[in-house]
Amino acid sequence: MTFLRDALLVAGKDLRIERRSRVALQQIVPFGGIVVMLFAFALDSDRTLLRQAAPGLFWAAVLLAVLLAVGRSFSIEEANRARDGLRLSGLDGGSIFLGKAAAVAVELFLLEVIVGAAVVVLYDVSIRGVVVLLCAAVAATLGLAATGTVYGVLAGGLRARETLVPLLVLPAVMPVMLGATRSFQAALDGTPGDAWPWVQLLIAFAVLAVTAGTVAFGPLLEEA
Amino acid sequence: MKRLFLATTVVALGVTAVFALWVTPPRAEQGFDAVRLLYLHVPTAWIAYLAFGITALASLLWLVPRTRDTAWDLLAGASAEVGVVFTALTLLLGSLWGRPAWGTWWEWDARLTTTAILFFLYLGYLALRRTGATSDERGKRSAIAALIAFADVPVNYLSVTWWQTLHQQGTVFNKNLNVQIDGSMAFTLILAVVAFTLLYGYLVLERFQLAQLEEGREARELELAIAERLRTEHSEVVPA
Repeated sequence: MTFLRDALLVAGKDLRIERRSRVALQQIVPFGGIVVMLFAFALDSDRTLLRQAAPGLFWAAVLLAVLLAVGRSFSIEEANRARDGLRLSGLDGGSIFLGKAAAVAVELFLLEVIVGAAVVVLYDVSIRGVVVLLCAAVAATLGLAATGTVYGVLAGGLRARETLVPLLVLPAVMPVMLGATRSFQAALDGTPGDAWPWVQLLIAFAVLAVTAGTVAFGPLLEEA
Repeated sequence: MKRLFLATTVVALGVTAVFALWVTPPRAEQGFDAVRLLYLHVPTAWIAYLAFGITALASLLWLVPRTRDTAWDLLAGASAEVGVVFTALTLLLGSLWGRPAWGTWWEWDARLTTTAILFFLYLGYLALRRTGATSDERGKRSAIAALIAFADVPVNYLSVTWWQTLHQQGTVFNKNLNVQIDGSMAFTLILAVVAFTLLYGYLVLERFQLAQLEEGREARELELAIAERLRTEHSEVVPA
């Protein structure tokens, strides 16, 4: 129980910082929005094409935003040597991981709702298969947040952190990109039955990422 | 000893080349003479798996406190470097073969896609190794990254069995363990795999020794700097 309470404590800390600094709201969410615009320009605002490609474009926008959210999540630990404070807090490494990953996941959910609304309006998509969409989004977001957090601490404190994190995270989350896109496609095409194998893949990925992170985070946080 | 190793490797590669180019027959359904790419493509893919397997194993040995040794970390790095080169070669040779055999340079097929991801995962791993942390810090971070990246290797290997792909299934290690090529082709393929494994061993050995020298140089430079400092201080003291 203390494990979960500690995780909530860390998540609360990160989310409180975001609420006060408004970096997530004023920088990361608008970034997601401009990426949605960018894809429309790239595809010459061809409505049919945009509608067909909407699931993939949506997740590509989210994936790019993940990089920013993870970078932000660890830059707040670099400031004022907060990382040392976290290490000296006596909290279990696993619970710190869960807390930080949960905070990133909450930010991503918020981003997905806003970017999703932008996609629906700008790409002329009609929402279908809400249950599948929600399940896929939750599983994918947990996987993305957990993977991002693992690599965030892995590269934390290193010289080339900002450029290293994208190179490490993007290949690792390709299964999420594939699974989330396919399940969204199936749901929006009105064939939600086809989505379940992909949702299962997303759940398996999320479980693996959360487990790996809980085990590896403690040792990685030490003596950085 | 190392010279003998190198000589054996060169001879094995030479014999493989002779067999691959002149002894084995061309195959109509695999792009006639392009089928000879088999004797490069399969061994380079095998070396990529082997190299990343050794990297994962060495990383694991580094992480276990009882067997922790900087040598494991250096071996993991050396093996991954060779592995990345061979993964790139596998992709390149596969692409060259795909053009005559499938009519396309690239296909978004499960095997090809997971191989490309493998390539980027280990590029990231090598980049992580170069970020200049202390030896212990580098060891820990890269060992964990190597173990995470290795998860893609079995997926890559089994992708042709799991999904319907354009890429063909295993020629030797398939479901029924039924070797699907015969005679000179099978022999040449085995010979090529042996020759490339020798080449892998030689390259890793060279790279590992170089890494050890690099590791030692830093310590030696520090010692020299201290000795120099002591000497100048001493010579300043004597006249007084």
